[in-house]
Amino acid sequence: MAKRQKSTLDRRDALRAILAKRGDALLVTGLGSTCYDAGTMDHPNTFYLWGGMGAAAMVGLGLALAQPTRRVIVATGDGEMLMALGSLATIGADRPRNLAIVVMDNELYSETGMQPTHTSRGVDLAAMAKAAGFARTGTVHNLKQLSAWVPPLYKTPGPVFLVAKITSQRYPMSIRLRDGTAIKNRFREALLGSKAFD
Amino acid sequence: MKADKKPATWPHDIYQAFKRTGIRQVAYVPDAGHTQLIQSCHGDHEMKTVSLTTEEEGVAMLAGGWLGGDRGALLMQSSGAGNCINMLGIIQECRFPLLMLVTMRGEWGEFNPWQLPMGQSTHDILGRAGMAVQHVDDAARVGETVFAAAQMAFSAYRAVAVLIGQRVIGFKDWSK
Repeated sequence: MAKRQKSTLDRRDALRAILAKRGDALLVTGLGSTCYDAGTMDHPNTFYLWGGMGAAAMVGLGLALAQPTRRVIVATGDGEMLMALGSLATIGADRPRNLAIVVMDNELYSETGMQPTHTSRGVDLAAMAKAAGFARTGTVHNLKQLSAWVPPLYKTPGPVFLVAKITSQRYPMSIRLRDGTAIKNRFREALLGSKAFD
Repeated sequence: MKADKKPATWPHDIYQAFKRTGIRQVAYVPDAGHTQLIQSCHGDHEMKTVSLTTEEEGVAMLAGGWLGGDRGALLMQSSGAGNCINMLGIIQECRFPLLMLVTMRGEWGEFNPWQLPMGQSTHDILGRAGMAVQHVDDAARVGETVFAAAQMAFSAYRAVAVLIGQRVIGFKDWSK
């Protein structure tokens, strides 16, 4: 097992640094804290998952296939990603060039009582993604390392997979928008215009 | 004991229904009953055809496809239908359209007892998970059933499963 490095990265600082450069990129969040974090930087090109644990990466793949000229970013947690390890193989085999996945990894199930996830015991999600065929993978532990990774998230031919090791800092739930149909329709209208309701 | 000795035309009928409907994404976990259809979809450059490791990946993928403006279809065998339940919650909550084609095992003339639990409960389980479930037992009606299901999925924004009966697929003679 590789030597463990302590993280100094705050989850909201990390997502803010990434989304500051989003441009016209499309964002899918996993349920839980990444959904709430993204909610503090709300945008019509964001699709929030409030449920369906394990869905985020594959929602990202379907979106990336439908919109090959747009960058698609998936931001999710380590618990959510661990529930869908098979999707790493599916995405690695399909190799969508416009998809990047960022796992905000606090090594905890923070919504359910801060139980440790497998990443706290050495399971390396970035290594798994690399073995599955992702084009570029990495792990960062501080804001400086993350900043260097932001351009590749948007520009490097994908699929790209980044683990952002974050501290266990928690924040209050700060998003009100939770009606799934409204979230879906808002996203489609922003992306597809009047065709959203064909 | 195949249901029909002649080469089956229903897989092509499904493919034609996909083309009429404008299906752009096809996600599947392989099933022998879907072999020909999967080949047709892979050979069609207007379709993005993705092999999954497990069925629920396809539910999430097609939700993402619809967000991006693509219509899709998910192919599986009845043994995998139960894997989808958690993801179907997303479909129901967001009213995503979903077209799911399930080839049935454990339903009629089944020799493998392990197929029975899922085969006998697929209809009820998918229905309880919020899907409209339609069953087709006549090979000649498979194409029109899929087309009608697609219409309901994409025009009425509903999750629709078409169960293609084991009478259509045929079964293995295990009697001797």
